[in-house]
Amino acid sequence: MKVAVCLKRVPEMELRFSISADRKSLEQAGLKYEISDFDGYALEVGLQLVERAGAGDVVVLCLGPDGVQETLRKALAMGATRAVQLKADEVPFDGLAIAAALAAELKGGEYDLILFGRMATDTASGTVGPMVAELLGLPCVTAISHLDIADGQGTARRDLEGAAETVRFTLPAVLTIDEGIARPRLATLKGIMAAKKKPLETKPAALGEARVTVEAMALPPERSGPRFVGEGAEAVPELVRRLRTEAKVL
Amino acid sequence: MAVTFAFAETRGGELRKVAFEAVTAARQAADASGGGEVHALVVGAPGIASKAEALGRYGADVIVVVEHAGLERYNPEVAAATAAERLRAGQYRAAFFSASAEGRDLAPRVAAKLGVGLASDVTAFEIQGDSLLAQHPAYTGKIIVTLRLTGTPAIVSLRPGATPAAEQPGAARIERAAPAVDPGTSRVVVTELAQQTGAKLDLGEAPVIVSGGRGLRAAEHFALVEQLADAFGNAAVGATRAVTDDGWRPATDQIGQTGRVVSPELYVAVGISGAIQHLAGMRTAKTIVAINKDKDAPIFKVADYGIVGDLFEILPRLTEEVRKVRGNQ
Repeated sequence: MKVAVCLKRVPEMELRFSISADRKSLEQAGLKYEISDFDGYALEVGLQLVERAGAGDVVVLCLGPDGVQETLRKALAMGATRAVQLKADEVPFDGLAIAAALAAELKGGEYDLILFGRMATDTASGTVGPMVAELLGLPCVTAISHLDIADGQGTARRDLEGAAETVRFTLPAVLTIDEGIARPRLATLKGIMAAKKKPLETKPAALGEARVTVEAMALPPERSGPRFVGEGAEAVPELVRRLRTEAKVL
Repeated sequence: MAVTFAFAETRGGELRKVAFEAVTAARQAADASGGGEVHALVVGAPGIASKAEALGRYGADVIVVVEHAGLERYNPEVAAATAAERLRAGQYRAAFFSASAEGRDLAPRVAAKLGVGLASDVTAFEIQGDSLLAQHPAYTGKIIVTLRLTGTPAIVSLRPGATPAAEQPGAARIERAAPAVDPGTSRVVVTELAQQTGAKLDLGEAPVIVSGGRGLRAAEHFALVEQLADAFGNAAVGATRAVTDDGWRPATDQIGQTGRVVSPELYVAVGISGAIQHLAGMRTAKTIVAINKDKDAPIFKVADYGIVGDLFEILPRLTEEVRKVRGNQ
């Protein structure tokens, strides 16, 4: 079983973000980074599949500046076999440009599965996985919350709005992983030591042409609130009045 | 003049609410570029054409219907190939999908097939010369990013509820088309669609959402939330991650970055402190009401109206008052 897991390094979301003077990017100072949540689940799924198969490799890929090497080392410490950094000064907002770079690297790799998180927690677009699948001509199932692999066939579950789908697919395939499918393991001290000796290769990212660019970044419009209507149950009639006359939602 | 495209989602042989939203957005985009036709694509099992006609009342001029016995359930490979084939054949300025579970699966495939730009989970857009500008909440909703898409068609997936469906007079002509690829050859097949039982209104479709957090203290106290939702009559019940993690509510009720992202007319947050992960899922609601005992809770920072106090006293009173108002309507 040969599995590739594409990871993204994202800022920790609990931090306060500020916008740079160009109004198009985030102020980098003070940002701390981590593996995007869903990508952690994808990595865990990959590790478990290879463990269950008894043999194989988990190759982790990450596109970005040299800071992503730390992300890749962490994945190696969790148990990935080798790592590839696709070096780019910054990660564009254009999913197809990223997908082109990843697909160029993944092509010919003879992976049984290529895994992604459902979406990155920073850009929250969730487009790169299915785009890579299209570029490589592979079947793809997105946002899966359950997975079974047997005899070159997969069965996955996707949660929809108010419903769930059972999906059957053939391997090789591209999958994007929703949370809850497998809790990412913690790296052990032994894993961390071993990771230092595992191969981490750096190559230039062949980013495709940018068709989507960031025009502006802004903070969300300030709500005029909090307009405290009052305290306790006595405030309820006033709330209802305002919902009817001001907000006109009742 | 510009022709625009909308993918109209169906489920269980019916058009979904997001189908009308996509058509409405395509109408707006066509009108903003000097007025042109809106073409809607509907893919489904035989019989879907009779349902598809309704899109004409939301601004569609041409409804392309693809009926096939093998398309009762969503087929990503057929839907993507068929949408891409249609978009290649015409001079489409923009193409609209929903950022629903299905649309988020479909739109990137189509964009990659065509080699064009895609903006996901868009809350507002504007045609500007040769570009389409799209607003997309990112960084758990803490930053609104405006993306510039160049090239045509610009592909957009719309956050459900953010561009409400708007009726307008008109009728569409129906065009029949065949699936671009044979559904029998698909490598990805949806073998079962299980509708959740008991769910009244879906979170993505409900104009009002009443949502509960840890402040409710126990699973059984969600009855208070459900009673308020019932009083509204058009409300769905949501929950925070803490609540779904504890099994008080099903995981599918979770609103937040890792759950559902919703944009209802009215969002009532009950006993919810307002963790970043939750705010990411609801902060684009049109009106937000927060009820919490802690006046410094972060939820009040995004709320339009707040009541500080004991939810166990406030909720029954609110249910009673809403019932009165609804009763008179």
